[in-house]
Order: sequence, then structure tokens, then C-alpha cells
Amino acid sequence: MPRPSPRRWFRNWLALHHQEARSSLARLRGRPLPTLMTVLMIGIALALPGTLYVLTRNLAVLGDGWEHTAAISVFLKTEVKAEQAQALARRLAGRQDLESVILIPPEQALQELRAETGFAEAVEQLETNPLPYVLSLRPMTYLDDVAGLEGLREALSALPETDLVRMDTLWVQRFQGIIKVGERAALVLASALAAGVLLVIGNTIRLEIENCRQEIVIMETVGATRGFIRRPFLWLGLWFGGLGGLMAWFLIALARWLMQAPVSQLAALYQADFVLVGLGPAAQVVLLGGSLVLGLLGSWISVARHLAAIEPE
Amino acid sequence: MIRCDQVSKRYAESGDVLNHLSLEIAAGEMVFLTGHSGAGKSTLLKLIACLERPSRGQLLVDGRNIGRLTPRQIPHHRRQVGMIFQDYRLLMDRSVFDNVALPLVVAGLGSQEVARRVRAALNQVGLLNREKAHPLALSGGEQQRVGIARAIVGRPPLLVADEPTGNLDPQLAREVMALFARFNQVGVTLLIASHDLALISSLPYRTLTLDRGRLVADTHAPKFTASDASLSV
Repeated sequence: MPRPSPRRWFRNWLALHHQEARSSLARLRGRPLPTLMTVLMIGIALALPGTLYVLTRNLAVLGDGWEHTAAISVFLKTEVKAEQAQALARRLAGRQDLESVILIPPEQALQELRAETGFAEAVEQLETNPLPYVLSLRPMTYLDDVAGLEGLREALSALPETDLVRMDTLWVQRFQGIIKVGERAALVLASALAAGVLLVIGNTIRLEIENCRQEIVIMETVGATRGFIRRPFLWLGLWFGGLGGLMAWFLIALARWLMQAPVSQLAALYQADFVLVGLGPAAQVVLLGGSLVLGLLGSWISVARHLAAIEPE
Repeated sequence: MIRCDQVSKRYAESGDVLNHLSLEIAAGEMVFLTGHSGAGKSTLLKLIACLERPSRGQLLVDGRNIGRLTPRQIPHHRRQVGMIFQDYRLLMDRSVFDNVALPLVVAGLGSQEVARRVRAALNQVGLLNREKAHPLALSGGEQQRVGIARAIVGRPPLLVADEPTGNLDPQLAREVMALFARFNQVGVTLLIASHDLALISSLPYRTLTLDRGRLVADTHAPKFTASDASLSV
């Protein structure tokens, strides 16, 4: 039998893959229920870490306002007058390590207290305004520069006008820590469940190989290479992986859709408008690409283990 | 074409099936292989197609040493040996055309070339009009002819047949033998295992007889010539 030229061989090879991809998909369609079960199993396994990841992403978005810098509030002594406070604000605005300086006069603070909290009636009772001038500062330094922030705090405390410096960095750091734990948990869960997906696909392919035993023997007899016999099973694995990935994507989107209404209600209670974010483009690529790789890998392992056991006779 | 030198095949469960077997078959010969069941006929054919490897000795097929073929070389060797089985070994869920096309498809031929050759092969076995049929819709004789078409479609220089007429009535068996004789006339080497002594002895071909893995008789073509044979059915 003549061997075709390399170019022709490649064209035939492509045509063969195309045909194999279609016929293996047709094989799956021929048995919709078992196929759906397998795809669901893979989809749920991949959707679990995916959902956890989406959850941490949303927490991160929630914390985005404080993500990079800490806000520092400097409460000035009550005896500090308007001119002194303004002069101090101008002086601080000249500092290299501060991004912005906002001076909040007592009247404005009182108004905000009246408007935004439930203390309106209590505020009405007051004869004089007990609130001091407050400087709201945004430092240049990032949150993780603990020493830099501490130095800034000490410098601010040492000012003669200062009564109190409040810098809430610790809880922001804790919050970021929680997000990091969530992300890591998603990764660990993903690794464990990826192994599960490999087993599911490997086992499904093993059953397929058993079903095709007679056919495989005949193909080997007429001179099929290992690669030729492997090919339909690898395609089957790719389909399972790809469809499982799509199923996971759909389940995650469904979960997000189901959660949006109660989350919006909850956010409304905090006078906020919060829209849940999804996987994001990078994670979608990882999810679908990863599921394809898992499908191919799972079937490859299974094929390598079980095809070798089938010899003519 | 085939050279067996002290070939033995031992199975763990049944011991030596071939025992220091030596024989030679020249290119262009048509040879019968006979003997009781268990004599080692099928095993020898399997060794020739490299479905099994010899345990000892050297087996050369068309110059290739069967014991030394690498896993990558085995499929290419099998394409050079057309195999025909008593139970036909067809894929029941595929059409006659697809069954015959299988050796060409696994060899990576293009669809046009495949179609052309499959029709040529089906034409030779007289099944050109049944290419769309499924094997189950065919009679035993027709199924065997599909199996033969599959064996010759790649135009191998060597055909080996394991009891090709075992499931056929005498009339169909003669037709199959006539088909083989025609392939032989165009230069194909054939080795046909059969225990149908009545049929074999009526035909003017060399016959090898095996008994418990040894060659016990090698009767060369009888005196009468091919034109006397009753194969012109």
C-alpha cells in the first residue's frame, strides 16, 4: 500500500480529525442521558471552586474602596479655631507622603451626623456644636507598608493641634487576609476536584473502550496504529471536558443570577447599590481551557492504561 | 515470501503450539495449510500477520523479521498482509463500504482514493451493488466476500486465510477458492488454512500438513495442471 505524500497525509489527517470529532459527538448524542449525567458530574465538580472564587471576587469588589490606601482621621482639639485649622490643612497638603487633605468643619460634620445617622433628634437637643475640626487624610503609602503608616501616625499625633489620630488599617488588612484565604481555598478545592474530574472522565472512557473491544481488535488486525485507535477516545474525552466546563460556567452564572435579587435587597438596607460580578474573562478562559485539558488528560491516561490490554486475540 | 526457521510458539496455558517449525513459501505460491484442530494452523497465521510473536526461532515475512518488529512497524507490517477469518470479523454497525474501506482509512488515504479502491475490491468479489448494505443483511457467503474484499483492498502481496470456507456450503466454498486462484494468477501469495481435505485434495496446490506444531507432510502440486482443476465454476 503506497504511503501518501506528507502534504496529502496532513490534509487527510486533518480530515480524519474533523470526522472523528463529529462522530464522537454523534456518539454522545446517541446516548443523551448517560452523557448528561457525566457532563453534570464534571460541571458540578468544576462549579464548586468556581463559585467560591466568584464569592471572593465579590468580597474583593466590596472592599475595593479601601483596598489600596487607608483613610486617616485627625481630630483636632476643640479649642483650635478655623484659621489655625485651615493653616494646618495647607501645611499638611504640602507634605510628600499625603495624597489628599480634606478639612471637615464642625458645622459640616454636625450636618452629616444629622442627615446620615439616626441621631437627628439628639443633635437637635444640642445647644452648642461639640464637634471639633477634623482632617481627613489619604496617605501615599500603601496598606502593607505598616512601618510607614505608623511613622505617619506618630508624626500626626505629635502636632500640637492634634487631639486624636484614628487610622483603621488593621481591619482592612484582616479583610484582605480573608479574601486571600478564600482564594487559596478555591485553589485547593479546584485541585482536589480536578483530580475527581480526571477519574470521572477516565472511568467513562474505560467503559467506552470496553464497549468497542471487538472493533479495536479488528482495527488492529488491519493495521491501525495506536494513534489511530486512540484518536476517537481522546476526542470523546475532549468533548466531555469541554461540555463539563460549559456546564460549570452555566451553573456559576445560574448561582450568580439566583443570588443577585437578595444581595440587592441587602445592599439597599445599607443604602448601597451592589451588582454581583461574575468569573471575569481570565477565569473563564482558565475554566474552559482547564476543563478541556482535564478531558484530554483523563482520556489519555485511561487510553494508555486500557488500550494496551487489548491485543488481537 | 515466508520463511520459518525453527519457530516455536509457547502459551503459558497450553504449552508449545508450534514446535521447531521450519518451512518456506515462495512469492507467488498458493499453499494450503492443513491439520487437526490444535495443530497450530491458526497460530502460524497469527505469527505471519504479527498478531502474535514467535517464542523462539526466526520468522521472515517478505524480508521482515517478525520477532524484531518494533511497535511502530507492526501496523505497517499488518497492512502488507491481508487476513481473512472463518467468522469474517466484520463491524456489524457499519456498511459494507465502510468495512472494506477500513484498512485504507487506517492507513490515512484520502476519501476519493478510498472510494475508488473500495469499489474496485467490491467489484472483484462481485458485491459492487451491495456497498450500502449492512453485514447483517448479507448471507454468510456474501459476508465472507466482504471480508475478502477488505483483505485485498490494500493490495497486499500476501493473503492469509484462516478456515475461510469453514462456515460455507461446498458450492460457496468452491467459489471462494476460485476467487483465491484468481488473485494468485495476478501474483498474490496465498496461505490458506483449512481442514476441508476433500476440497483441498481436489485442487492442484501445494499442501502443508501440521501435527502438534510440527510439519509432517509437504505435498507439492499434483501432477495435473491448473487447467484440469475443477475451479472454473
